[in-house]
Amino acid sequence: MLVDVPRLDILNESIRNLFYHVTSWFAMVFLFIASFVYSIRYLNSGNEQHDLLAKIFVQVGMVFGAAGLVTGMLWAKYTWGAYWVPDPKLNGAAIALLAYLAYMILRNSLTDNLTRAKISAVYNIFAFVMMVIFVFILPRMTDSLHPGNGGNPAFSGYDLDNTMRFVFYPATIGWILLGLWISELRFRVDSLSQKMNDDLDIKSDRLDSIPRLDEE
Amino acid sequence: MKNKRFLLALFAMIISAAGQAQTTAMADTMRSNGKIYVVVGVIFLIFCVLFTYLVFLDRKIGRLEKQNNK
Repeated sequence: MLVDVPRLDILNESIRNLFYHVTSWFAMVFLFIASFVYSIRYLNSGNEQHDLLAKIFVQVGMVFGAAGLVTGMLWAKYTWGAYWVPDPKLNGAAIALLAYLAYMILRNSLTDNLTRAKISAVYNIFAFVMMVIFVFILPRMTDSLHPGNGGNPAFSGYDLDNTMRFVFYPATIGWILLGLWISELRFRVDSLSQKMNDDLDIKSDRLDSIPRLDEE
Repeated sequence: MKNKRFLLALFAMIISAAGQAQTTAMADTMRSNGKIYVVVGVIFLIFCVLFTYLVFLDRKIGRLEKQNNK
């Protein structure tokens, strides 16, 4: 039932977490790229739907980031001995998620739609660059416990053999599609709620206008 | 309302199951059989995250429906 995996010390069977932990980070990165693209498109087009999509991709990406974080913590506990170690990769991932949390807080603190869309689109571009630096660049420049960083290989040779690739790549595609599906559902809900709020505003405008007519 | 009670019951079941696992030396269970239970734990955590997200989305849609009926 289970695929053959390399027999490694310390990792043992937990090497199979690659199919869940790594794929969920990949899905997060994909969704953040999508959000980055839509923020740029918003700045070009001024289309409110692009802004909404950028927001949703960040929200859903953060769900996958949270999944990546908690699964990584459990994995770390039984391979490195602690839920959290002061490692550049771990701290970098936490900082990147906090940068995106700041994006959500920034959005929610602005009330005017146009200002909010513009400022948060610009911030989102910065957040994406920060994410790339903290998750992909800085950990590679120092030593890290985490595979794929600072002299610690991941995709080369012993960690990922060909049987694992057969599971890993389809799993990555599956996670990304799951993320896109959730985002699409979220987009439908949010655009529906926006439309309903606009309808309500029109109705209340009409109600407001009635007494004014009476006064005249 | 019924939906909420069901969710609460499910949650209580999960918590009590987790509590029982802890009384039988958690670290040993997790390290037995070549740490395969770490993989089980990871799958469970992902389930929890997606489940929590779905509950939030459910509540959001519920509020929307309520607003629509007004």
